[in-house]
Amino acid sequence: MRVTALAALWRRLADALRDLAPIILVIAFFQIAVIRQPFPDLAGVALGLVCVVLGLALFVQGLELGLFPLGEAIARAFVHKGSAAALLAFAFCLGFGTTVAEPALVAVGDKAAEVAAEAGAIAGSEEARNTYAFRLRMVVAFSVGVAIVLGVLRILKGWPLHHLIIGGYALVTLMTLFAPDEIIGVAYDSGGVTTSTITVPLVTALGVGLASSIRGRDPMLDGFGLIAFASLTPMIFVLAYGMVL
Amino acid sequence: MEFVTMLLQTGLGTLFDVAPIVAVLFLFQAAVLRRPPPNAGRIALGFVFVLLGLTLFLVGLEEGLFPIGETMAVQLTSAALGDAAASVVRWDDYIMVYAFAAAIGFATTVAEPSLIAVSIKAEEVSGGSIAANGLRVAVAVGVAVGVALGCMRIVTGTPLPWYIIAAYAVVIVQTFRSGRNIIPLAYDSGGVTTSTVTVPVLAALGLGLAASVPGRSPLIDGFGLIAFASVFPIMSVLAYAMAVSAIARLRGSKRE
Repeated sequence: MRVTALAALWRRLADALRDLAPIILVIAFFQIAVIRQPFPDLAGVALGLVCVVLGLALFVQGLELGLFPLGEAIARAFVHKGSAAALLAFAFCLGFGTTVAEPALVAVGDKAAEVAAEAGAIAGSEEARNTYAFRLRMVVAFSVGVAIVLGVLRILKGWPLHHLIIGGYALVTLMTLFAPDEIIGVAYDSGGVTTSTITVPLVTALGVGLASSIRGRDPMLDGFGLIAFASLTPMIFVLAYGMVL
Repeated sequence: MEFVTMLLQTGLGTLFDVAPIVAVLFLFQAAVLRRPPPNAGRIALGFVFVLLGLTLFLVGLEEGLFPIGETMAVQLTSAALGDAAASVVRWDDYIMVYAFAAAIGFATTVAEPSLIAVSIKAEEVSGGSIAANGLRVAVAVGVAVGVALGCMRIVTGTPLPWYIIAAYAVVIVQTFRSGRNIIPLAYDSGGVTTSTVTVPVLAALGLGLAASVPGRSPLIDGFGLIAFASVFPIMSVLAYAMAVSAIARLRGSKRE
């Protein structure tokens, strides 16, 4: 048992090293061939790389041990309990809770407030900017909560994913025509920043777990798609926020 | 010593990020499900691994890779400026920047932990018919193309919606020509590409480029690269699936 665990960790380390090889190659190539300057702080870079490789290996091991089984166990427990309302409430809390504290979103919100102040959509004072950034974060977190609810509802009902997503695209296109210019870039980017590294595995396992424990659902066909909702609804909600403001 | 403080700081930060997720999980576990999941001990150990791994990963990136990545983004964008006439911007003055954007977009996507997670799951669920590494390379190619095009957009100053809406149109056409099984996974792959590794590097690249190209404002034109990196992988994964099934058909017809 112990030997197999060690062997597994060893294999993960090798995998992680292979995963990082492209970054190392790209940076080395451009540094040597294009920028043509000596490498700054080589020892720091080497130490950093060792940390990244170790970290990635541990993360993947932790996925298989913790996040994946947990997501699936929760899905099974909710199906066993049979309360759709409880499941949907959980879905909303998971989406909202994981997004509201997301560091990438905080950064985007602050930058968006600067853009809005520059464009004259809000007052230039720091207070006005902070309110704007905070509201934007709440809007995005709320939209991700709605996304996971919609996605779970889709799995329960067996609706085809592409109808909903294409409908969403149409809505984004339509809203783009009417939304103020300065919000469009922010809105389009907000779809990408909402899905963090811990949320993605958990939500994916939840979807696949639901689809495999509900009769008549196919894990491949119905299990995936939650993340797709979580990257689409923020665009719609942020565009709406820009239009209402 | 400085390294240890940074490790502790990042560890605390990660813990703080995870706190809402853990709170939601505990709340529903205690109030609604009222039964601990099987193997709770193993799951807890897995959580510790994930936290530890993510912390090491982030510290390593900040210590080793991000500084170079960001410096390079700035150096490349300002180097290109040297050849360009100050008043007239031509898109082809920045070819080296596009090449760097594509290469770094590809490389950071391959190392993206959340994409690794989804591709492991996809291989498992599909019974191996979708290879985890094939999927990751397909997504990374999509990001590379998307980011290069996004940089070109910043240089030319053309409106973002044109590109993204045109990309949607292509995705819709592809959706109706692809096998049903791949569609949900392809749509998901758009959202997972932009996380821990890719977002900071892309943000630095977009800002650096918008600041150095004359007539562009980093505030307004710096946005949009993440949007490119989220739409183009959908296309490339659908294309990958079409290619795989076409090759399988060819092989099958030869054998007969």
